[in-house]
Amino acid sequence: MSKFASYRVQAGAAALGLLALAGTSALAQDKEIVIGLQCDRTGPTQTIGVFLCPGYHDYVALVNSRGGVEGYKIRAMEIDTEYKVPPAVEAHERFKKEGAVLEGLYGTPQTIALTKKLEEDKILGTAPGFGLASSADGKRYPYLFPIAASYWSQATGAVSYIKKQLGGSLKGKKIAYLMYDNPAGKEPLPIFEDLAKMEGFDMRTFAVPAPGVEMGAQVLDITSRYRPDFVITHLFGRSPSVAIKELKGKGFPLSKVIAFVWGSSEADIKAAGGYGAAQGYHTIQFAGVGEDFKVIKDINAMYKAQGKPVPKEQEISVYYNRGVMVAALHLEAVRNAIKAKGGAKPTGEDVRKGMESVKGFTLGGMVPPMVITPEDHEGGGWVQVWTVKGNKLVKDSEWFQAYRDLIKKHLAAK
Amino acid sequence: MLHRESGTFKTSYAADMALYPLPIARWTVAMIVLLFAVIIPLALDDYYLSILNLVLIAIVGALGLNILVGYTGQISVGHAAFMSVGAYTAANLAVHAHMPFWVTLPAGGMMAALVGAIVGIPSLRIKGLYLAIATLAGQLIIEWIINHTPAISGGAQASIEVPRPTLWGHHMKTQGQLYFFLLFFAALATVATLNLVRSRIGRAFVAIRDQDIAAEIIGVDIYRYKLLSFAISSFYAGVCGVLYTYYLGIANYEQFQINVSIDYLAMIIIGGLGSVLGSIFGAIFVTMLPIVIRLVMEPLAGLFLNEGELSSVVSSVRLVLFGGLIIFFLVIEPEGLNRLWRNIRNYFRVWPFSY
Repeated sequence: MSKFASYRVQAGAAALGLLALAGTSALAQDKEIVIGLQCDRTGPTQTIGVFLCPGYHDYVALVNSRGGVEGYKIRAMEIDTEYKVPPAVEAHERFKKEGAVLEGLYGTPQTIALTKKLEEDKILGTAPGFGLASSADGKRYPYLFPIAASYWSQATGAVSYIKKQLGGSLKGKKIAYLMYDNPAGKEPLPIFEDLAKMEGFDMRTFAVPAPGVEMGAQVLDITSRYRPDFVITHLFGRSPSVAIKELKGKGFPLSKVIAFVWGSSEADIKAAGGYGAAQGYHTIQFAGVGEDFKVIKDINAMYKAQGKPVPKEQEISVYYNRGVMVAALHLEAVRNAIKAKGGAKPTGEDVRKGMESVKGFTLGGMVPPMVITPEDHEGGGWVQVWTVKGNKLVKDSEWFQAYRDLIKKHLAAK
Repeated sequence: MLHRESGTFKTSYAADMALYPLPIARWTVAMIVLLFAVIIPLALDDYYLSILNLVLIAIVGALGLNILVGYTGQISVGHAAFMSVGAYTAANLAVHAHMPFWVTLPAGGMMAALVGAIVGIPSLRIKGLYLAIATLAGQLIIEWIINHTPAISGGAQASIEVPRPTLWGHHMKTQGQLYFFLLFFAALATVATLNLVRSRIGRAFVAIRDQDIAAEIIGVDIYRYKLLSFAISSFYAGVCGVLYTYYLGIANYEQFQINVSIDYLAMIIIGGLGSVLGSIFGAIFVTMLPIVIRLVMEPLAGLFLNEGELSSVVSSVRLVLFGGLIIFFLVIEPEGLNRLWRNIRNYFRVWPFSY
């Protein structure tokens, strides 16, 4: 007993010493701007985080290697929240303490939980592909920026794409909506209802309960009973690959399937049995896909110059590029803020104004031609459709937006 | 005597009933009150207070689960669902009926207690792992109902924004203000549990846990007390959910899914089943350990890694270390941190004259 006790005392003293060390490390520097990034590298959505967040850091490193943003070095501080809400709250407070001017959020429950705090602390948060579709309304959510197509915009994008594919008219057509049975899955339903009335098509919803790996019954219902002209899928995690397999297995042509943004990566296609098995599968994207971008080549050149191999995370370019895109928009907002202040160090409020003046920043096609304004924090809801052809995803459309009036009507309704 | 008791010299019922029979215990409690009510809010900045706030909320939930699992011996993996019941009840009352927190908070607790008692009905017939599965069903059913009932969930993404709690016209919104708000309820929950477990009800719970047939024979109405245990435990969970709602300013059931139930079970098992202090230790351990590990690792790993590599390494090592430490503490003391603390305390009680 006594021996144990003395070990414990020593261990406790050591822990205290380390804590003190931790406290002193956070020295703020004058020519440094801190950005907080929440990520999930170990939780339920880690299959996305392990590709997305390295993309973010690589872009920041690239900019820093060229002297930073307007002379300021960027320190992107990342905290892994494991897709849980309490660590996200802690992460936000940590970023605030470190003087972050901007925060990248990760995950819908976390985004929702922090909405109020961001507003009270006057730090803007970006939630690309997460959070409420209504947060596109900058008047209602002044500190929350989706900066990517919301589920509403993805819904209108999907329907407009289907309309083009089916010959310009949806009258009398049938569209199945295969969705994950959670709030995010149900979010586009009011948009679909209105679109069905406007365009005269019939839509039926097929809900897949969590964790979404068992959907044989729903898919059989779609392929044998409902027999739709097109299927829209809105699934998360492992379930998109299951949907591809099931639809393929029941003989439904994948060229009549379009997936929302979280079921659209190379990882989903590989898990479903590879490109050969997923020919024709359409995916909606809010960032460019693949390696044919100058920024990706620059990142690779930076790694080569340091004598390091090219990051292996680029293998899943859909997520890696999203990370790059988010980083690029963050730094563009910071750049706008510094310019507006004539070179002085910006505050969170300045960066919000900087984000609200992002315009014509496309990074060679990687980022959509979005225009973020104080009213529209979504930037216009631009999407691209990429289709599986041969051994890769091939661009099937340029950046487009659809049915903006309908979305504006829904945003105003709240 | 300040320090050491010897023998029992109680001459009145009041002395026998005292929560703190030793002067040193009273002094300790006074010091703890001083520490938490005065020194901590003055000494710590917003960041550390926010961590403490999360711990305080977790304490309320862990105490509730410990009443059910630790004291009554009825296992439940539906604790998070009861939190969401409390959260949505309070959110709806606060938004649609404009009720203040001192109405919505007990109302959320009562609604959760009612739902908890219903989910607890299978406990009258089944025990152990079978009951665990029955409460798991309760968790999933409650989640499903909230997800599919816009009248409860408020429509958009099943979330309801709630105004900040107000007291005498003041909005409580900074971490410091919310700290006092949460501290009050965490302290209330702790004192209430300490008293509950030494009351007739608490003794009946323990009797049921130790041997339900024997308890029935000595006159404990086990049906009534099992349901009561579910109701009280769920009341705490409901209050915990309401506190979360006010702390975040929004109710959203995705914060109360099955993994949260498991987290709370982990808290009470690591802290010590059937002990109030254990619930508190467990809540502190599970909430703070990942944060402490990261705070310690960041400067060390930062010496030879850049920002991008650091995040990847730290989050992975943290997970391994967290799991390893849980195993380590459970192996050196299977009865939890509370027992570990008691061992240390007993050692120093007779120090330096140990025998």
